Amino acid sequence: MTLWQIILLASIAVLALKLVGFLVPPRVLETPTAARTANLTTVALLSALIVVQTVSAGQQLVLDARLPALVIAAGLLAVRAPFILVIVAAAAFAALLRMLGWAA
Amino acid sequence: MSDTAARRDARRASLAVGLAVSAYGVSFGALAVTAGLDVWQTCVLSLVMFSGGSQFAVIGVLASGGTAAGPAAIAGATLLGLRNTLYAVRVSPIVGPGWVRRLAAGHLTIDESTAVATAQPTPEGQRLGFWMTGLIIYIGWNLTTLAGALLGDLLGDVSRFGLDAAAAAAFLGLVWPRLSALQPVVVAVAAAVVTVVAIPALPPGLPVLVAALVALIVGLPDLFGRRPGTEPLSPHDAALDEHGPPAPDAGEAHR
Repeated sequence: MTLWQIILLASIAVLALKLVGFLVPPRVLETPTAARTANLTTVALLSALIVVQTVSAGQQLVLDARLPALVIAAGLLAVRAPFILVIVAAAAFAALLRMLGWAA
Repeated sequence: MSDTAARRDARRASLAVGLAVSAYGVSFGALAVTAGLDVWQTCVLSLVMFSGGSQFAVIGVLASGGTAAGPAAIAGATLLGLRNTLYAVRVSPIVGPGWVRRLAAGHLTIDESTAVATAQPTPEGQRLGFWMTGLIIYIGWNLTTLAGALLGDLLGDVSRFGLDAAAAAAFLGLVWPRLSALQPVVVAVAAAVVTVVAIPALPPGLPVLVAALVALIVGLPDLFGRRPGTEPLSPHDAALDEHGPPAPDAGEAHR
């Protein structure tokens, strides 16, 4: 599979899912089970992506500047800091740790 | 509320949300280039896919697994895009008839446009909120994606600037407002544990998909759920009042 094929297929699939919602009768999708499972799927995927993004390098588990940065982000989210500040602070903290040589 | 006041509120919410989200496209663009995409491929993702969570999922999987992880990247993005279908059902009556309009609206159906629209009290405000938020983010997100991609091309390895940590923080920001009840918290923790165990055992991309199974195991029989009948139709709405400005896929809007 080439990079272009991956990008186009994924893009079309995501776009198609949006359009489907305008075509099907609402009753099909507004059942509590469908709504609940779709919402939980989002939570599970995001949670898994956090882990992959924070502690993996390929198939290896690694601890580096990303984990402390994530802790900073969680702290800021807990005090309801604006989203953009959370992102910038996490990046800045990881960059700082690397600059100081305290973390890889 | 008078019609002018409703319109003003909708405009204000759209602008605040739209600009905050757009700013964040820079890091998507830079990370996509770092993950091995060229500038065009990065822009196509923002132009066609146009759903932040799914876009980050694609480049995250490709960054760790390369094109060999292509099917997993597609599956991950698609599963994350499922919620947009539910949003479309919600905003469909707001958008109204006419297939050209509905096609355009479909493209703009994301967390933020849905959140701003459904938070407005009047039909006029809802319509305005949906289109304005969607269009501001579409234009802003694509411009900043391009800027970020060019910047990433220029700078090379962006981990020096902590952008890899920014991606993790972004995912955290997306999931945070959804953790408002026991059930999603259980799913989030279990999915994280499954992922940690699966990372060394499975090819890149697959751990994320295996973790998604947790949602089915908990969600279908409604384990750890509230009493039957208390679920909001779009559970995401329950989180809308919880949290500060959103990500390219977080909810919440009106402030």
